[in-house]
Amino acid sequence: MLQFFLRRVSLVIPTFFGVTLLTFALIRLVPGDPIELLVGERGIDPARHAMLRAELGLDKPLLAQYAIYISDVLQGDLGKSIVTKEPVLSEFLTLFPATIELSLCAIVFALLLGLPAGIIAGVKRGSAFDHTVMGVSLTGYSMPIFWWGLLLMLYFSVYLGWTPVSGRISVMYWVEPVTGFMLIDSLLSDDKGAFISALSHLVLPSIVLGTIPLAVIARMTRSAMLEVLSEDYVRTARAKGVPPFQVITVHALRNALIPVITVIGLQVGVLLAGAILTETIFAWPGIGKWLIESVNRRDYPSVQGGVLLVAVVVITVNLIVDLLYGLINPRIRYAR
Amino acid sequence: MTAIPTETTPGAVAPPHPIREFWSYFSENKGAVAGLVVFVTVVFVAVFANLIAPHPPDVQYRDHLLTPPFWQTGGSVEFLLGTDAVGRDILSRIMHGARYSLIIGLIVITLSLTVGIGLGLIAGFFRGVVEIAIMRAMDILLSLPGLLLALVIVAILGPGLFNAMFAIAVVYLPHLVRLTRAAAIAERSKDYVTASQVSGAGLLRLMVITVLPNCMAPLIVQATLSFSTAILDAAALGFLGMGAQPPTPEWGTMLAEAREFVQRAWWVVTFPGLAILVTVLALNLLGDGLRDALDPRLKR
Repeated sequence: MLQFFLRRVSLVIPTFFGVTLLTFALIRLVPGDPIELLVGERGIDPARHAMLRAELGLDKPLLAQYAIYISDVLQGDLGKSIVTKEPVLSEFLTLFPATIELSLCAIVFALLLGLPAGIIAGVKRGSAFDHTVMGVSLTGYSMPIFWWGLLLMLYFSVYLGWTPVSGRISVMYWVEPVTGFMLIDSLLSDDKGAFISALSHLVLPSIVLGTIPLAVIARMTRSAMLEVLSEDYVRTARAKGVPPFQVITVHALRNALIPVITVIGLQVGVLLAGAILTETIFAWPGIGKWLIESVNRRDYPSVQGGVLLVAVVVITVNLIVDLLYGLINPRIRYAR
Repeated sequence: MTAIPTETTPGAVAPPHPIREFWSYFSENKGAVAGLVVFVTVVFVAVFANLIAPHPPDVQYRDHLLTPPFWQTGGSVEFLLGTDAVGRDILSRIMHGARYSLIIGLIVITLSLTVGIGLGLIAGFFRGVVEIAIMRAMDILLSLPGLLLALVIVAILGPGLFNAMFAIAVVYLPHLVRLTRAAAIAERSKDYVTASQVSGAGLLRLMVITVLPNCMAPLIVQATLSFSTAILDAAALGFLGMGAQPPTPEWGTMLAEAREFVQRAWWVVTFPGLAILVTVLALNLLGDGLRDALDPRLKR
């Protein structure tokens, strides 16, 4: 197990350095002079220009610049935002809980609906239910989620007035940020209204962000169930007289879940990409909206730091899924 | 059916022509045929948008701002799906938008297929350092969520339709490179390749003429599926203001302009998105059908 662990971790390191190469190149590939980009359109006198160049290390050879960049990154220094002058890392960490909260709710929504739908569709193969699940999930998979969000907002928020249009909590409440997770913080604040408000703000964004994972999970669960149900051990269990429900939950489902877990792990990237769109539509103060705003404001240090951090999150989660997978399925562990 | 007489093996029926065989598998899948019909319609609309659209896409009818669709009170048959905030006919804009979406899909696929097949074949044929370099670079691209990578590239190059297409093409590159490389490695060790090599075929001939045609099935399927995601991603970039710029009637850009009218005019928001959904769904159905028809493992 230790050997498997070390092998997987060592595979991640070159990828991490590759990403730093990409983010390092980001600022240097932008057409135009980085200093002029930093100071904006006000212009700058040549003496100050040279000083800033030296200060930022831009007068050194590229390799030396990269070495400095890497050593800063490894010490947690991702530079400062041009707009707010705050360190990029601390801005990211303030906003990240909002994105985690939204993504967790989205994946819970996707699992609660997708797993049962996929299992039933697989068991009742060829039935009307199966066809419906497959049709709906292909539609969900083809959904432009930014439009889906607007549509749900149009119907549930504007027409029916059931849910709030945007934001994380109503302006009526002030919740002390303790954990950064609005649901937990509002519970801690002893104000029932605040919790309900936070919850109602989460419903639509979670559905929107969870739509594509829901479609993927339902399809994957169905095909994994179909595969497992045709195995000999399932037939044996049935022949032994095990009740059908027990065959499905104990014999089939446990084995069918292995590929499903991998697919759930792969959704992290989908969720983070979807968060960019969902957060923009619902004015959700997370890292997706922040990244888009940074791109629009040409706040390159923030884009650079944000992209690196998102990549680190994706790489780390994929690594964890890989390791968990090895834990569940010993065949993976010993395969070369 | 009449039995076809064969001289060499009496009693055996000649195999059907590959295209015929393909069609018989493909047409079994009702969803795929429906997808094909819808897709052909979209192509037709896109090609003849100039002739069949009731209005030019960018003419502003100042007396008809935010006219609802014809079946609602206040709507008129002159503007079947209503008009937007500056009085442009939505139906005509959607018809012209089909051109942008299809061209975006086509250019993205052509770009990433050409480069992807090239890199994949090189990685499959030249093992060692070249292969490692190419595959590691693809791993790096894969470690970022697709839309984020596209955003980064657009942030570097500046917003615009062409830069958005280029960015999306880069996003799809890793999948195509991996597929091509895997297929090329599998084919390379087969006897017909060795035979061709022994009879003196050069490396380029081996790569492009001998091996490549036999790697095409998975690539065609991937290309169709990428075509649909390219349309989605380009619309998403347009929606975020990073793709086609207004007043281009690109579907995502139309939705971005329509956002502020969510509360007042549902039709401005609904129809461009519906056009995206229908087109992408048709392409996905088509891609599923192609995969079933082209994948020999699924054939009985």
